[in-house]
Amino acid sequence: MGAGHGHRLHYHGHSVVHRAPAQCKIIALVLFVLAVVATPRTEYWAYGVDAVALAVVIAVSQVPPLYIAKRMVVEIPFVVFAVLLPFIAVGERTQFLGMTVSQHGLEAGLSLLCKITLGVIAALLLASTTEPRDIIAGLEGKLPRQIVQIMAMMVRYLDVTSDQLRRMRIARESRGFVASDPRHWPVLAQSAGAFFVRSYERGERVHLAMLSRGYTGSLPGLTTTEAVPRHWAGAMLLPALAAAAASSAWWLR
Amino acid sequence: MTAGTPSTVPVLQVSGLAYAYPDGHQALYGVDLSLARGERVSLLGPNGAGKTTLVLHLNGILEAGEGSVEVSGVRVTKQTIADVRRQVGLVFQDPDDQLFMPKVADDVAFGLANMGIKGSELTDRVQHALEQVGMAEFADRPPHHLSYGQRRRVAVATVLAMEPEILVLDEPSSNLDPASRRELADIVLSLDITVLMVTHDLPYALELCPRSVVLSDGAIVADGATGDILADEDLMRAHRLELPFGFDPRAIPHPA
Repeated sequence: MGAGHGHRLHYHGHSVVHRAPAQCKIIALVLFVLAVVATPRTEYWAYGVDAVALAVVIAVSQVPPLYIAKRMVVEIPFVVFAVLLPFIAVGERTQFLGMTVSQHGLEAGLSLLCKITLGVIAALLLASTTEPRDIIAGLEGKLPRQIVQIMAMMVRYLDVTSDQLRRMRIARESRGFVASDPRHWPVLAQSAGAFFVRSYERGERVHLAMLSRGYTGSLPGLTTTEAVPRHWAGAMLLPALAAAAASSAWWLR
Repeated sequence: MTAGTPSTVPVLQVSGLAYAYPDGHQALYGVDLSLARGERVSLLGPNGAGKTTLVLHLNGILEAGEGSVEVSGVRVTKQTIADVRRQVGLVFQDPDDQLFMPKVADDVAFGLANMGIKGSELTDRVQHALEQVGMAEFADRPPHHLSYGQRRRVAVATVLAMEPEILVLDEPSSNLDPASRRELADIVLSLDITVLMVTHDLPYALELCPRSVVLSDGAIVADGATGDILADEDLMRAHRLELPFGFDPRAIPHPA
């Protein structure tokens, strides 16, 4: 039983967006999200500009829009909150779709919805065009080393441990066990315990293997794609446009 | 043989090694073992005989309770540990324990970087080690996307890159399909290096190692030509060693 191939977020491709160094894309994402968040809340045309720009980048990346749309379910809890806002907020009342709602809450809800959606789409675009290991390598120098190392280990062993968890579940089910009601929870708890111990032991073995190769507490750098000014210029197009939209929205208000 | 190194100094010398785990379980009772340069030796023994415990002493992961381990005449102590770990290359049984970096090349570079090697020498040695195990074209792949046999070969490369004096392989043929098993044997035979191989795969030991050592209940009970040991039925039975069905070591000519 080999490890699974590919990741659920990454969409394999060779577009310009895929090839761009991860560090450029990460910085571009952070700046884009900052620009979107800084957009004045009722200037909806600015969100439109951001959305069109993002759509162009998605088209260039050749990631199918449906692929991204399906993965937007992570947004749902925030959408629920945004939808609730007009009803729970206080202040001046207004009519919206035949209901009396809070004017302030309605504006806040709508802009929240726009900002979250743009942010989530941009983040998904990064995840679909960048392998997890490259994202981590790209974070090097931007986050404390220890955190980057822990994340690198996590990405490496996520497949190994989830595969182990899957094998344990299959082995349980092969013996006629399917967890369906709380009486089965003790078995699941036992499994979780065994899984924890095994993962811990693996951690120990990994550490021994590292010591055997002379590990003294610091990991060497990860190999990354060198980012040249051309890469940075390309990556900054999207956040620059979003920043321009946000600042002109403030100006025209 | 390296010029200037007297042939009388064994590359590995274990003398009177005893060890008890912190919980009181005594795993080794006075083990003596000597490996000459260039030898290939298999370490045989039933489960729980103390093979892994012995192996973990060879590069100072475990500290000898009594007795000593010397690598090329240098005693393994806290002061010499960095050098010893460069000279004794341990390949663990589960390649997933050994390969933890996001890319194969990073993993092979790990030991070298710990030795302070940088730049073009680092990339050259990574490339060379991967070539030695026939995995050069996989340098940029994540290890978890490789097959088990490929991962085992990369695990060997991670250690070969450090150019050790002794290569210690823990169950190298376990979980491999017959073709991968043979490919690994070809790699081991192609290396000009001292090899200590822990294994339950007795035909593999006969194929690769002219000499074998049997460890049972924490003590060495036999040390001799692999063919002779495998043909000694009383010894084999006494130490829970069994040949595969239909395998007759006497029917096989001694490997060169």
